[in-house]
Order: sequence, then structure tokens, then C-alpha cells
Amino acid sequence: MKIELLCALIPLFPLIGFLINGLGFRRVPKGLAGTIATAAVLASFVVSIILFRSFVSTEQAQPIVATLFDWISVGDLHINFSFQIDQLSLLMLLVVTGVGSLIHLYSIGYMSHDEGFGKFMSFLNLFIFFMLLLVMGSNYVIMFIGWEGVGLCSYLLIGFWNKNISYNNAARKAFVMNRIGDLGFLLGIFMLINTFGTVEYLDIFKQATSLEIGDKTVLAITLLLFVGAMGKSAQIPLYTWLPDAMAGPTPVSALIHAATMVTAGIYMVVRSNVLYTLSPLTLEIVGGIAIATALLAASIGLLQNDIKKVLAYSTVSQLGYMFLGLSATAYTAGMFHVITHAFFKALLFLGAGSVIHAMSDEQDIRKMGGLRKALPITFVTFLIGTIAISGLPPFAGFFSKDEILAHVFEHNKLLWALGVLGSGLTSFYMFRLLFLTFFGEFRGTDEQKHHLHESPSSMTIPLIVLAILSAVGGALNLPGDGWLGKFMAPLFEGSRQVSPEAFAESTIEHSTEYILMAVSAGVALLALIIAYVMYISRQVVPAPETEERSLPEQVVYNKYYVDELYEAIIIRPIRGMGDALYSFGEGLIDGVVNGVAWLVQKSSAQLRLLQSGSIGFYVLAMVVSIVVIFALRFFIRL
Amino acid sequence: MLTLFLILFPVVAATLILIIRGERIKQLALVAALVELVLAGYVFWKFRPDTSSQFGFDYPWINSMGIRLSAGIDGISILLVLLTGLLVPFIVLSTFNRSYKQPATFYALMLYMQAALIGVFTARDGFLFYFFFEAALIPIYFLAAMWGGENRIPVTFKFFVYTIFGSLFMLLALVYLYYQTPATNVSAHSAAIVDLYKLKLTPGAQNWVFWAFFIAFAIKMPVFPFHTWQPDTYVESPTPATMLLAGIMLKMGVYGLIRFILPIVPLGVETWGKTAIVLAVIGIIYGAIIAIRQRDMKRLIAYSSFSHVGLMAAGVFSQTETGMQGALVQMLAHGINVVGLFFVADIIFSRTNTRQLDQLGGITQSTPKLTVYFMIMLLGSVALPLTNGFIGEFLLLHGVFTYNHYLGLAAGFTIIFGAVYMLRMFQKSMFGPTSSRTQSFADLTTSESWVFIPLVVMVFWIGIYPHTFLKVTEPAVANLMKYIGTTAVSMK
Repeated sequence: MKIELLCALIPLFPLIGFLINGLGFRRVPKGLAGTIATAAVLASFVVSIILFRSFVSTEQAQPIVATLFDWISVGDLHINFSFQIDQLSLLMLLVVTGVGSLIHLYSIGYMSHDEGFGKFMSFLNLFIFFMLLLVMGSNYVIMFIGWEGVGLCSYLLIGFWNKNISYNNAARKAFVMNRIGDLGFLLGIFMLINTFGTVEYLDIFKQATSLEIGDKTVLAITLLLFVGAMGKSAQIPLYTWLPDAMAGPTPVSALIHAATMVTAGIYMVVRSNVLYTLSPLTLEIVGGIAIATALLAASIGLLQNDIKKVLAYSTVSQLGYMFLGLSATAYTAGMFHVITHAFFKALLFLGAGSVIHAMSDEQDIRKMGGLRKALPITFVTFLIGTIAISGLPPFAGFFSKDEILAHVFEHNKLLWALGVLGSGLTSFYMFRLLFLTFFGEFRGTDEQKHHLHESPSSMTIPLIVLAILSAVGGALNLPGDGWLGKFMAPLFEGSRQVSPEAFAESTIEHSTEYILMAVSAGVALLALIIAYVMYISRQVVPAPETEERSLPEQVVYNKYYVDELYEAIIIRPIRGMGDALYSFGEGLIDGVVNGVAWLVQKSSAQLRLLQSGSIGFYVLAMVVSIVVIFALRFFIRL
Repeated sequence: MLTLFLILFPVVAATLILIIRGERIKQLALVAALVELVLAGYVFWKFRPDTSSQFGFDYPWINSMGIRLSAGIDGISILLVLLTGLLVPFIVLSTFNRSYKQPATFYALMLYMQAALIGVFTARDGFLFYFFFEAALIPIYFLAAMWGGENRIPVTFKFFVYTIFGSLFMLLALVYLYYQTPATNVSAHSAAIVDLYKLKLTPGAQNWVFWAFFIAFAIKMPVFPFHTWQPDTYVESPTPATMLLAGIMLKMGVYGLIRFILPIVPLGVETWGKTAIVLAVIGIIYGAIIAIRQRDMKRLIAYSSFSHVGLMAAGVFSQTETGMQGALVQMLAHGINVVGLFFVADIIFSRTNTRQLDQLGGITQSTPKLTVYFMIMLLGSVALPLTNGFIGEFLLLHGVFTYNHYLGLAAGFTIIFGAVYMLRMFQKSMFGPTSSRTQSFADLTTSESWVFIPLVVMVFWIGIYPHTFLKVTEPAVANLMKYIGTTAVSMK
């Protein structure tokens, strides 16, 4: 009983926080609203730690399933409202509530002047609630509740400043694009039900271990689930919503669009690792999409001038790395990068927020420069985040990215080379961002210069904590015999059973491993030097919008015109079809009804078969419809 | 006996209202509808979840022909009886800030309508069913024709003639079925639905009976391509009538599919079911794509309703347990959501005098209550998990997907397009800068809030704890599935 209660408490705290701040909006004073919201998430964090401690202290560390009630029950299908506590959900719980609390704290300072403060805090709490359902559920349908719920919160928060039409459009785009992925996820769930007769993780994975590698149904299931992951974790072709999502307030970008929600896709694949291990073809496809996304997004990041957009493309790119790791069955490495990325990307976004706050809502790095003097804490922490994401030792990103690349090297040398290239790009655009923002001369207006200030402590404390985590986070899983690898090993028992070779001891020699490390760190360092030469020695400032660009530059600057492409091949045709069906299709169907009726009236008047002609119209119309259907059936032969 | 009371009480109340008239008509109608709600709630509460027909009555009607006045509530009927009882009081309450000419007639017609609807959902005799099926048309026709918009006369006439002709096919089929039943020494034949279930028709007869019923129900729901009466009628009717139409009346069609077509002509379904599903799925996408481009809020909701009902029909024809259970729960859920959404449209129209989305915008700035309720109704409608729409659509889509993967995929587009048109409607009306018409938009009055509150409670109740509703229908659905399985086999 105790476990059920503890499990239920974790999502309950933020839900209560949401209800208090949501229902009491404008009645609960701002200070109190902020405290309630932050305390709610902090309370969940504390409970998560208690659960974690009790979990690791037991001998076996077996998954615990806590069933609250029978949710949907139809015939043989039983979907429980239940939670599962195991290594994976505990890790995600700690990340979500830990980083979540810091971002709540930060929001108190960042949003303090906003009139919708209480509403904002309540939406953040609601987001945490759904995110917790997503990672705690013991079956795919509970995951789906969280999955769609975080999508809703993402919608509400991206469009938080709802007077702005383009923000609203960005919010709607995010929701709809996620829904495309969700349809894949949903169909995947249906296939799981029809194949295994259940949606519970433990039951499915147990049954799955007796299947053959390359099973067709598992292939279909994993691909459908991955479509869901593509939507939520912004992979090609469903990634374009994420950069637009930067319309939301910056803490939202840090929490939802960097640290937690967007990693849901990785969580899902790691959770379903048995199924993915059973389907090597799916993993190949995942790998291809992942590396393409990583490189595409990184290349766009090279030329962006909006501080948040650079970080957004960087997120898309880093998510690509995580999937790349998964595709080489390096599930632990993928999760490791999820965790370190949560630290340093949240840090970078919050740092960007601090900059934007100081710059009176300016986001264009061409108008910044030299901010390190006015914002020392932001600068130092941002620097740490930049080093961490660039994969330079000894900060967190180095270890997690390196582990991914090492596994990819074993798996496929070409993917490894492309991965290293992407790593170089990452290092370049991040240091470009750092140098343009914090070094050189200030390029903004005098008014902005006068107003520059370091952020309040509610904002700098989260920065400092995250900076420490970004610096030392690598210690979670040091090369060789890391803690995380051992901790997570039981999760992959099933995978190991179905494909022992995929989990065999690494065949790479230690010397090769050190060379690989040196190469990727060297590439990152080289990119740093190039960025230094360009933006500090030569003091290059990116060209203003009006300036002519060379054709390749133009294409990359405009994000390869992918949005325009989607507009042309999907959105406009659907709109056109809507108009055509409404004006023409409806007219046609109605015309058949009315027009044929008219003929009947003519003939019936002559034949005097019917006294009231108009009634006859419809009879005949109906008959004609039937004939049409019969004809349709004849031709279609379904 | 309670069934008889459920049918007669609104008739008596309506007649009293016509006689009394006077000032307090609205309140009187509301009290009557609330009493009916309490009754329906009591019936729901007392309902034993098994396969039997309960609270029924059975009297001779046309004795020599074996036609009886017989009605009762079983697992297939129960949610629809609850829906009818639940919605009418709040539809009445939604009119409290409006004034309609000849209020006594207006409210009396609504109550007559309610009686007929309960009759349809509880009738246990084929001809009694037909009687109520047609009787329901009369009050709604007058409501639309007397209190409707500018184009009401041609639009409602078309609606009337179109639907009545659909049901004539059904009458034909019923008469045929009636003559197929064996004559006993007590009476000639029988039209009792249980007797119709016992018939073993030839495959040829099953085919035409299938179409005769299907056309009647397809027009009512409506299913593509029998839907052209619907958008105009929904738009032209006064909003309470639209709510009755979309919230309850279209469920007569879905109910008919389950009550008549599946058990009586299983071979007909085997031959033609796929055609019916394809039509329904075409309707889902066709309606949704048109809804994306609508500017008039009411017309948009009308097309969305048309799209949603297609999924219910497809789920029923999938002949899976999930599809059938999904259809029953979704009928309840859709009724709640669509009434809520039409009420939002009505509130906006009453304050701005327009339903055109491009003339609206920014309403949220002065209306926290309306925003929240509108959002919740919308979420139910787009089937967000933990709302009522999700339970229904999840089960329905699973049913269709199990029937055929590609049709399941096509039907699944409803969750994408649904999000597109609903969020577009929300954004264009509530968000963005205010327009000249929405500048001084007043938030909900108390009576308006009280329409939404019960609807919101139902949205979350069904979404979070659907067990309450699934468990009452489950035995009946399981029984029906078993029955279809065995009869279809025995007929071959």
C-alpha cells in the first residue's frame, strides 16, 4: 500500500498546484502562486528521492507496479491506471522533477512582471503532472495520456502570449505536428493490443523475448511507435515545430523544449528496447533519420542569429545524437545523453533567458556583445554549458556524446564519421553564440546598455546548480565501469536475451577507444579555434537581414525552405481540397439530390404517378444514390 | 414501468405548459426536464448490468396483428436514455438569457421531442420504434421551421422530406420482416424486436433489408453521401434545436444500426458492411477537411459532427467489441461535447451578432470562464486523453483498425484534422487582437455557467473513470457479439 501511495503522490502534488493556481488565478497573490507551484514540484522531487533510495536498497531491484484503478475495460482488454517504478522511470522522475523544480524557481524571477503569472505557473505544474504520467505509467496507454497531455501544455505555453497571432500559429503547429506523430503511436498501441493482448510493459516484453529477430509485426509496431517519437522528439520530417516553439516564454523552452518533453521519444524507445532490439531494420531506419536530423539541424544552427533559435536547432541536433546512440543499441548511452543534455541545455536556455531579460527582450545576437562584464554569473554558467554541449572534456557532454560515438563506431564507421562532423558543427555554432553574445563590444542601443543588469538570485541560483551538474554530470557514467551502466543493466535483460551479440563486450581495444575520444575532442577544439578566430580575432558580426547572401548560404539561412515545402505540398493542397469539396463536392452531391429530383418531377407530372412531385424527387435521388453505391461496389470490389 | 413514466412525463409536462402558458414558462420547462433527469439518473443507477430488458412495460396495441406497446431499457439503450435525460435540462437552461416568441409552444415542443427520443431508444416493438422515429421528427421540424434563421423554410422542408423518405424504406423493411415472423394461434405475426432477431432470412432478402435500414439510419446520422441536408439544417435551426439534433437525434441512427441491422441481417452486414465502413470513413475525412475551411462557427461544428459520427458508424460496422462499446460511449460523449460547443457558438453570437470567425478574436481577454469551458469542450471533442472523447475514439479506432489496418489509418486522421479545425476555431475566436465586435465581450452569466458545469463534470467523469459507463453496456454488447457470431454461422 505504501508504494501505491508514494507513487500517486508524485503526480498528485503538481496536479494540486495546477488546480490551486489555475482556479485561483488573479486571486492567489503572485508570490504565493510562485511558491506553491515550485513547492509542488519540489515535493515530487523529494518523494522521488525517497522512492529511489528504497528501490536501490532492496536486493533485487525488481520493477514495482502500483495499480490505482481499472481504467478502460472492454472484453478481454484491460487497461489499468497504474504506475511502474524501475530504473528507467526513477531516472526520468529525478530529471523531470529535479530540473523541473529549478526551472519553476527560475520562472518566479523571469515571469514576475507578467500579468498572467499565476496562469503560467499553473500551466507549468500541469505540464509536470502529464510528464510524470508519461514516465511513470506501467503501460503504453498511460504513457499516451502523458504524451498527449504534455503536447497540450506545450500548446498552451508556446501560445502563452496569445494576443500575438504568430505565437498562436506556432503553438497550433506544434500541437498538430505532434498529433501526426501521435496517430502513429496510437496505431502502434492498437497493434500491440492485437499482438500481445495487453498494453502492460512487463507482460509485453516477457512475451516478446520468445519472438524471432526480424519479426514482421514487431517491425510494424516499432516503426509506428517511432513515428510518435519523431513527432515528440522533433526528428525529420516532424521537426519544424520545435524551432517555432521558441515563441513561448524562455523557461518553457528550457523545461519542455529542451530538458524533458522532447526526450520523451528517447524514453519510449529505451522503454521498448526489447522490441527495438528485435527489429534491426527499424534500428537502421532510426539511425539514418537520426544522423540526418543531427546534421541538418546543426547546419541550420550555424547561421541563425536569434539566441533561442540557435539553441532550438541545437536541441533538434542533440536529439538526433540520442537516437543515433539508440540505433546502435547503446540504450544506456542514449539515456546518459538525455540526462546530461537536460542539465546543460536547460542551463543554456535559462542563461539565454537571463540575457534576454537583461537586454529588455532583445533576442538577436547581432545586437548583443560584451555582456560578460554586466552579467558575470550568466556568462560563467553559459560558458560551462557551452563547453559541456560541445563535447570538450571533462564536462558532462563529453562523456555522454563520446559513449554514443564509441558505440556507433563499432556499429557503422560512416555514421561515426558523420557524427564527429556534427560534433564539430555543434562546437562551432555554440562558441559562435557565446562569443557574439558575451565578447567584443556591445552592439545594442544606449537604452539597452543603460538597463543591463545581472538577474535576481531566483534566476541565478538555478543557473549555478545546473552549471555544477553540467560540469560534473559525466561522473554518472565514466568510461569503463560507470554507475549508470550497472544501474540500468537490468532494463536490458530482455534485449540481451533476444540478441546476445548486440550486447556482447566491446571488441574495441582501449587504445582505439582513446584515439576515438581524442579525435572527437580534437574536432570540437578545432571548431572552437575557428570560431575564436572569426568572432574574436576578426570580430566578424553576422550580416543584417537586408544583405545579399550567396545561394548556399541563402538556402541554409532559410532553413532549407522546409516550411515552405510543407506549405506547398501539404497545407495548401488540403486547404484547396477543403474549399473545392465545400463549393464543388457538396454542390455536386446536393445537385444529384435536387437535379435528379427535378427530372422526376417533370416525368411524374406527365405520368401523374405522384400527386406531389417534390416528394418524388427525393425518392428517386435516394434510388440513384443506391445505384451509385452499387456501381461503386462493382468497380471497387472491396 | 419506469420506462413508461420516462416517456409520458415529458408529454404531460409539455401539455401542461401549453395549457398554463404565462410568465414562468422557462422555469416550468426546466423543472420538468430536471425531474426527467432525476428519473433517468435513477434508472441508470438502478440498472443491473446484465443482458435483460429492465423497467419495461408491455401492452397490446393492435391486438389482432400482434403489434404491442412494449418498451424497456437494456444495455444498448441505457446510455442513450441517460444522454437524453441529461442534455435536455441544460439545453433548456441554455435558453434562459434568450427570448423566443411563443415560448410555451417552444418549450412544449422540446419536451415532446424528448419523449419521442426516449421512445425510440426504449421501444421493444418494431412498429413502436418506427412510430417514435417519425414522431421525433415533428417537434424538431416545427422548432426549426418556426424559430430558425432566414433560410429556414426551404432548408427545414428538405430536411423533413429527406429524412422521412429514408424512414419509409425502413417501414417497408419492417413490414416485410413482420410478415416473415411465424403466425401463432394467438396472433397473426409479431413485430417484437426479439422475434425479429429470430428470423432466418435468405441472403438476398438480407441484402435489401440491409439497405432499407441503412439508408434510413444513414440519412439520420448522417453518413456520406446522405448528409447534404445536415449543415444547412444545423445552421438555420435555432441553437436549442441544433443541440437536440446533433446531441441526441443523430444517435437514433447509430442506435438503429446496433439494434436492427447487426442482429437482424448479419449476412447483409457481411456482404455490405465494408461498403458502409468505407462510406463512413470517407465521411470522416470529407467532413473534417471541409470543417478546416469553414468561417461560420456553427457550420464548422456541424461538419465536425458529421465527421465524428462517421467514426461511430464505422466502429459499429467493424463488429468488434471495442468498436461497439466505443460507439456507445462516444454517443454519450459526443452529445455532451457538441452541445457544449454549439452553446459556445450561441453565446458568441448573442454578444457579437456574428458567428464569422474573421470578425471575431481576442475574446479570451475579458472572459476567463468562457475560455476555460470552451477549451474543455474542445479537448473533449479532439479526444485528448482523460476527457470523454478519448475513451470513445480510442475504442472506436481500435475497432476499425482491427477490422482493417488501412481503414483504421484513414479513420485515424480524424485526430489530426480534428485538432486542426478545432484549434483554428478556438484561435480565431478567442485569441489574437480584439475586433470591433469583441471589444466589450461580457463573460458568462450564472445561468450560462450552470449549463457548462455539468457538461464539464461529465467530460472528466467519462474520461477519467469510464468504468461507470462501460460496465453497464458490456454484458449487452458481449451478448450481441455472441449472437451475431452464432446467427451468422447458423444462416450459412
